[in-house]
Amino acid sequence: MTGTDLSPAASLSGAVMKRNGRLVLDHVDLTVGRGEIVTVIGPNGAGKSTLLRAVLGLETLDEGTLRLAPGLRLAYLPQRYQLDHALPLSVRRILTLTHTPAEERLQAMLEELNIGRLLDTSALRLSGGELQRVMLARALLREPDLLVLDEPTQNVDATGALEIYQVVARQRARTGCSVLLVSHDLNVVMAATDRVYCLNGHICCSGKPTDVGRDRAFVALFGEAAGQTLAPYTHHHDHVHAPDGTVEGGHHDHHHDHPHGHHHPH
Amino acid sequence: MFEPFMIRAVLAGLGIAMVAGPLGCFVVWRRMAYFGDTLSHAGLMGIALGLILGVDPTIGVLTTCILIGALLFSLQFQRRVPTDTLLGVLSHSALALGLIAVSTMQNIRFDLTAYLFGDILAITDADLAWIYGGGFIVLGALALLWRRLIALTVNEDISRAEGYAGTGVRLGFTVLIAITVAIAMKIVGILLVTALLIIPPAAARRLSRGPEAMTLVTIAVGSAATIAGISASFAWDFPSGAAIVAAAAAIFALSLAAGGLMRLRA
Repeated sequence: MTGTDLSPAASLSGAVMKRNGRLVLDHVDLTVGRGEIVTVIGPNGAGKSTLLRAVLGLETLDEGTLRLAPGLRLAYLPQRYQLDHALPLSVRRILTLTHTPAEERLQAMLEELNIGRLLDTSALRLSGGELQRVMLARALLREPDLLVLDEPTQNVDATGALEIYQVVARQRARTGCSVLLVSHDLNVVMAATDRVYCLNGHICCSGKPTDVGRDRAFVALFGEAAGQTLAPYTHHHDHVHAPDGTVEGGHHDHHHDHPHGHHHPH
Repeated sequence: MFEPFMIRAVLAGLGIAMVAGPLGCFVVWRRMAYFGDTLSHAGLMGIALGLILGVDPTIGVLTTCILIGALLFSLQFQRRVPTDTLLGVLSHSALALGLIAVSTMQNIRFDLTAYLFGDILAITDADLAWIYGGGFIVLGALALLWRRLIALTVNEDISRAEGYAGTGVRLGFTVLIAITVAIAMKIVGILLVTALLIIPPAAARRLSRGPEAMTLVTIAVGSAATIAGISASFAWDFPSGAAIVAAAAAIFALSLAAGGLMRLRA
C-alpha cells in the first residue's frame, strides 16, 4: 500500500451486533487511520473483543458497514488461543503459520522480544508469557498493514508489558502499519496511543488519550483515578521516534499530534 | 504362502494405512473422532442404497459419506444442540437406519458381518483400484491443503482473519475424510474404521516432534499393524479388521512405554 493513500486502513460505521437477544455492539463508529495506533478500552463485557473480531470479519454485523482498504494485509493476535497437546509444534512452526518470514527477520524479532532461545523448542512447553510473546512475534513478522491485538500483554508482567508496547510502536515507526488493540494497561499503552475509543456496548467517548481522560463519560465508567492516569501522563510531540531515536515526520498528511511516552529504545 | 488373495490383502491394507495415516492425524488434531464414527456408521445406509439402486456398494457408500459429511459440516454452525450430542444422535441413528434398511433386503445375498467388521481376505482387484485410485486423489488434495489445514487446526480465528484458510479448506477436508472412511471401510468394516483413523496417530504422537514427522510415524504404525493383523488373521483365522485394530492398539500401548522412556532420558 502506498503512503499517499489517505483512506483509513479500516472503519466501521453504525455497527450493530446482537447475540442471543443481547445488544453487543450498539451503533459503533470506529476508524483506524493509516499508521495510527488505536486503543479500545472498556469494562468487562463491553464488547471490545467482539469489536476487533468485527473489524477482522470474524463476526458478521447485523447492521452497519465494515470498510477495509483494498488489499489490506491483516495480522491478528487473539485474546484466547490454546495449543492442543495432540499436535506437536515447534515455536518456529507457529511463527511461520500463515506466512514465511526471512530467517534473519525471524531471529531478530525473537531477540527483540527476548525469546531468541526458544526458536526451536516445543511450543507446548512454553509458559503463558512466553507463548504470548511468540504469538505477538508471529503477528508482527507477518508485516501487516493493520495489526489487530487483543490484550497483547496478558500473562506478561509490567516490565514485559512496557517492552511489548515499545516493540509494537517500533514496528509502526518502521513499517508505517496501523494498529488496533484492546488493552487494560491504561497507563502504559496510552503513551503510545494516538486515539482511544472507550467502549461499553456503544462508544462512550473517543479522542486523544489526554482528552478522553478528562471526559465525563470516561470518568463515570472508570473512575477519577483512571482519568488522571491518562491526562497527566502524556506530553505532546508532533513527530514519531524511529527505533534509533531519530525523529521522523508524520507518515501521512494527517497530523500526528499524539502523546508519546518517555521510553525510547536506543 | 503368497497366494494372490493374500497379496491383495496386504496391498489393500498398506494402501489404506498410507491414506488413513495423514487423515487420521488431522482427525486426532482436530478432535473429530466422533465425526469419523458418524460418517462410517452412515456408510451402512450407503451400502443399502447401493444395493437397492443396483450400483456398486462402494459408490453408494462414497456418495452417502460425502452427503453426510456436507450435512455435518453445515450443522456445525448451528447452536441449538451441542456438536458432540448432535454427532452422537446422528451416528447411532444412521447405524440403526442402515441396519433396518439392509434387514428389509432379505432377497439379496448379503453378508452383513463383512460390512460391519470388514473382510480384507475378500478384496478384489476392483477394490484395490478403489483404494489406490481414491487414495491417490485424497493424498494429492491433502498435500495441496496441508499448510492451510495445519494453520486452521492451530488457530481457526487467526487463519480466517488473515485470509489464509477458512470455510473452503474445512469443507475440503470434510470431503477427504468422507472418501477415506468410504474406502477404509473395505478393510476393517464400519464399526472399526474410526479405530484405524485414531489409534495409529495416537501411537505416533509420543514419538514425534512435528506434524510431518508424526504423519510419517503414523503411516509406519498403520502399516506395521496391518501386516501384523493380516498375518494373525492368516495364522489363527482371526477376523482381519479386528486383528489389525488389535495390533494397532498393542503398538499404542508400546508407544506409551517408549514415550515414557524418552522423557526419562530427556
